[in-house]
Amino acid sequence: MAEVNTGDGGGHGKHDKKRAKKSSTRIDMTPMVDLAFLLLTFFVLTSTFSKSKVMEIPFPKDPKDLKVQQKVNNAITFLMTKDNKIYYYNGEFYPKNNKDGKPPTTITATDFSGKGLHELLLDRNKPTVDAIKKLEERYKNKEIADTTYRRLAIAEQGRKAVPEKGIVAGLTVLIKTDDKAVYKNVVDLIDEVKICNIGIYAIVDMMPSEKELIDAASN
Amino acid sequence: MPKIKMPKGNPSLDMTPMVDLAFLLVTFFMLTASVRMTEPVIVDTPDSHSDKLLPENVIMLTVDKRGKAYFNISNVEVRTKTLERMGKQYNMTFTPAEIKAFGKMTSFGVPMNQLKKFIALSEKEKEKFVSPGVPLDSLDNQLSYWIRFGHIQERTLAKEAQEKAKSVGRTFKDTPLRFAIKADGQSNFLNVKDVIKVLTDNDIYVFNLITNLEKGDEKK
Repeated sequence: MAEVNTGDGGGHGKHDKKRAKKSSTRIDMTPMVDLAFLLLTFFVLTSTFSKSKVMEIPFPKDPKDLKVQQKVNNAITFLMTKDNKIYYYNGEFYPKNNKDGKPPTTITATDFSGKGLHELLLDRNKPTVDAIKKLEERYKNKEIADTTYRRLAIAEQGRKAVPEKGIVAGLTVLIKTDDKAVYKNVVDLIDEVKICNIGIYAIVDMMPSEKELIDAASN
Repeated sequence: MPKIKMPKGNPSLDMTPMVDLAFLLVTFFMLTASVRMTEPVIVDTPDSHSDKLLPENVIMLTVDKRGKAYFNISNVEVRTKTLERMGKQYNMTFTPAEIKAFGKMTSFGVPMNQLKKFIALSEKEKEKFVSPGVPLDSLDNQLSYWIRFGHIQERTLAKEAQEKAKSVGRTFKDTPLRFAIKADGQSNFLNVKDVIKVLTDNDIYVFNLITNLEKGDEKK
C-alpha cells in the first residue's frame, strides 16, 4: 500500500506494532518511464519535419497575336524528347530553303550531366555570371546593400544589347518539348537555368520543323 | 595520519530531470504530430536545388505517372465551401456527413459524378481505388471549375476574416493563396502542360512546382 506515513501514531517506542506497516512513500515509476520513452521514440521516428520544397516558375499569358514572332536577341533553344534526350541550337531558327538565305539550323545533342548542360549554360551566359559574381563580391564586402544587389543582379540578367560597347543581351532560354518528353527533364533544365543565373526563360510549344529535326536526330 | 574517507557514492542516479525532459518531448511530438492522410496516388517528384518551402495556404494540383490530374485545397474550410459551390454547379447536393468527410480528405482524382462514391469509400478501399483523374478537357473542364471556385471561396473567407479582425480592432495577416503543381518525374510533360494551361486560363501565371531537394551538390 502506498500510504503516506504521517508519523502520528509513530514514536511509541522501538517495539511498536505499527512499525511493521510502515511502507515506502515512493512509487516505482520504471514502467511509466519505459512507456514515456517508447512513445518518445515512436513520435521521433514517425514525425516528418520535411516540408516539400518548391521552385517557382512564372508562365506567360497567351499572347493575343500569335503571328507576330518575338525577336530574340541572344537565345538558346532546348528541344527535349524521349529517353532523356536533349538538343539545342543557338539564336533563331532557320528552316531549310528559308527566304533570308541563311543556312538551315542544325541541332546539337547534349545531356543532363554537369559536363553537358551545366557547362554549356555557364559558358553561354558567361558575361552575366561574371557580372553577378562581381556584384556578389561587392555585396559580401558590404559595399552594396542586399536590395541593391538583388536589383542589379536582376537587371544584369535582363540586360539589353549595346553592340557599340560590345555588350551582349542577357541570355534567353527557350524550352521546347515534344509529346514524349518527361516532366523530370523539364524540371532539371529549369533548375540548371536558375543555377546558371539566367533570368529569362520560357516554356514554349515546339514548331513542326523543329520536331522533324529532333526526330531525325534521335532515330 | 587521518585516513582520507572517500564519500560513499550512491549507485542510484537521480533520473527526474531526464524523465521530465522525456515527457516534455513526448508532449511536444504528440501535439505537433498531424495525422497524415493517405494520398490516393504516390507521386515521385523530381529533384531540384531550390530550397524554398511549400507555402501554407495552397491549392495543390497533382499529376501522376499516368498523367491523371488530382485536386486538393490545404484549407479545410475552403475545401468544404468549394465542394458546396461545386455541388451547386453540377446540381448535386451533399449531405453534411459527406461534406465533413470531404473536408478530412486529401487529394482526389475523380469526376463529380463519382465523387459521392469516392467519399463513401473507406481508407483501405481508397488505397486500392484507381482514380480516373479530374477531367480537364475542353468539353468538361471540371478542374478549371475547382480552381476557380476554390480561389473565389478562399478570397471570400479571407475577406470575412479580415473584416472580423477589423471589427474587434486586431490586425489580420493575410497569407496569400498559392498554386502548386506536384507532378511525377516520369509523367509526360504534355499532361503537366495541360494542367498549367488550366491555371493560365484562370489568370494564374505564377505557381510552384513541388520538388525534392537534391542531395549531394557535385555540380557547384
